Amino acid sequence: MLEDLGAVLHPGVEFPAGTQYTQVRNGTPAVLPADEGCGVTARELNRSCLGILAAAGSGCGTRIQMALLNRQLGFSLTHLSSAVIQRHFSITRACQAIQKLTRVRVVDNSALGNTPYHRPPKCIHVYNKTGVGKVGDTILLAIKGEKKKALIVGHKMPGPCMTPRFDSNNVVLIEDNGNPIGTRIKTPIPYTLRQKGEFSKVLAIARNFV
Amino acid sequence: MAAVAMAAACGRLALRGAAARPSRCFSFSGCRSSRDGETAKFQPPPKPVIIDKQKQKEERRYLSPEFIPPRGRTDPLKFYMERKDMIQRRKVFNIPEFYVGSILAVTTADPHADGKTKRFVGICIQRGGKGLGATFVLRNVIEDQGVEICYELYSPRIQEIQVLKLEKRLDDNLLYLRDALPEYSTFDVNMKPESRLDHEEIPVNKLQVRMKPKPWSKRWERPKYNIKGIKFELPEKKMKAAQKWSQPWLEFDMLREYDTSKIEEKIWKEINEELK
Repeated sequence: MLEDLGAVLHPGVEFPAGTQYTQVRNGTPAVLPADEGCGVTARELNRSCLGILAAAGSGCGTRIQMALLNRQLGFSLTHLSSAVIQRHFSITRACQAIQKLTRVRVVDNSALGNTPYHRPPKCIHVYNKTGVGKVGDTILLAIKGEKKKALIVGHKMPGPCMTPRFDSNNVVLIEDNGNPIGTRIKTPIPYTLRQKGEFSKVLAIARNFV
Repeated sequence: MAAVAMAAACGRLALRGAAARPSRCFSFSGCRSSRDGETAKFQPPPKPVIIDKQKQKEERRYLSPEFIPPRGRTDPLKFYMERKDMIQRRKVFNIPEFYVGSILAVTTADPHADGKTKRFVGICIQRGGKGLGATFVLRNVIEDQGVEICYELYSPRIQEIQVLKLEKRLDDNLLYLRDALPEYSTFDVNMKPESRLDHEEIPVNKLQVRMKPKPWSKRWERPKYNIKGIKFELPEKKMKAAQKWSQPWLEFDMLREYDTSKIEEKIWKEINEELK
């Protein structure tokens, strides 16, 4: 039922500021202005299905849903009908290294990486025991409707001391045997990639090192 | 002194004359005309040393922030031992004075780098940590890619820290440079170090940085960050709305006070004796 209402409870998604929370009163949804607050703490509602109410405009609002909410919360919300619950709750961000569905930036000069497409290249699999990719890990990328392997050459997450932290998640496209597709890499590459011997061809086309 | 100089000059002239007419030669006690025909070197009088007594009085004290122990219930012996180790390291390796906003060049040892050392130039955006774990973060934009490296001040892998430009900025913490236009974080890798006199005050760069359009990584307009170095081009309404999160009672909170002046005096004396 929650899915029908379009509630998104997936971590990593931040509700935009100023989301109107529809409030149910006698079966009719009423969208009230965002400035009023109320005494109920965000955390309590957060744990329950506040997501139901937070669906931006999509048809929520029958007494049944309200009753369900009440049962789960253990108290009645109907007395708060005059006030609107508007909370900016913070959800923990996903870890800043590369994992599934991360949008990445291809830094070599390959045609596949540089031609514009209406969707950014996204990671769909990380070849790792943990699903988190760091510098030197191979990932599977979905670019322009096709799947391609890529090597991570830098990410936004701070790593061990003395290692560089980049302002974007950088990736170099490679074939299955490890050969890079592009012929030049302009962006700086960390020296730590030299540790693993299998990327010598990628390092050979790199121009700057950090 | 002038008389001797004159005498020396006369002696040299006399020598020349003597060389032409070898029969007449006479020597003075002051000049070195005894070398066979060689002209004595003219010694100019030593330059007068001007002692500016006013400037000598203003002795600038700089205590690196990682020496100041944090407020807490830890045994001061731990900080004393750490300070001893820090002083030992400073005796061997020179860690210059720098602030957040100065441009540094750091050479570190790296087994994977060409020639085993790597050099990075950047602006110091943050100085954190206390004691031996003190760190500083350098930022630069290379080939349109922003790069930040966090170095530990007392790490043995660091071979040289060179201050290319010593200056302060309006804020303690320049993390907002990540959301500013890249031109404010770009620095030439082959920059020459700027020379400055010892007794001059550290210049404060009152640069107001222009930002990229929102969203930013943090809401820098909020009073919690207290940033003075950004030129906010946001509408007045948003600036006023940001003030909603101000906590004006914080500056009067006595439990948060931490007066470090006496601690600094003690530590300064301790360090000065060791590092002289």
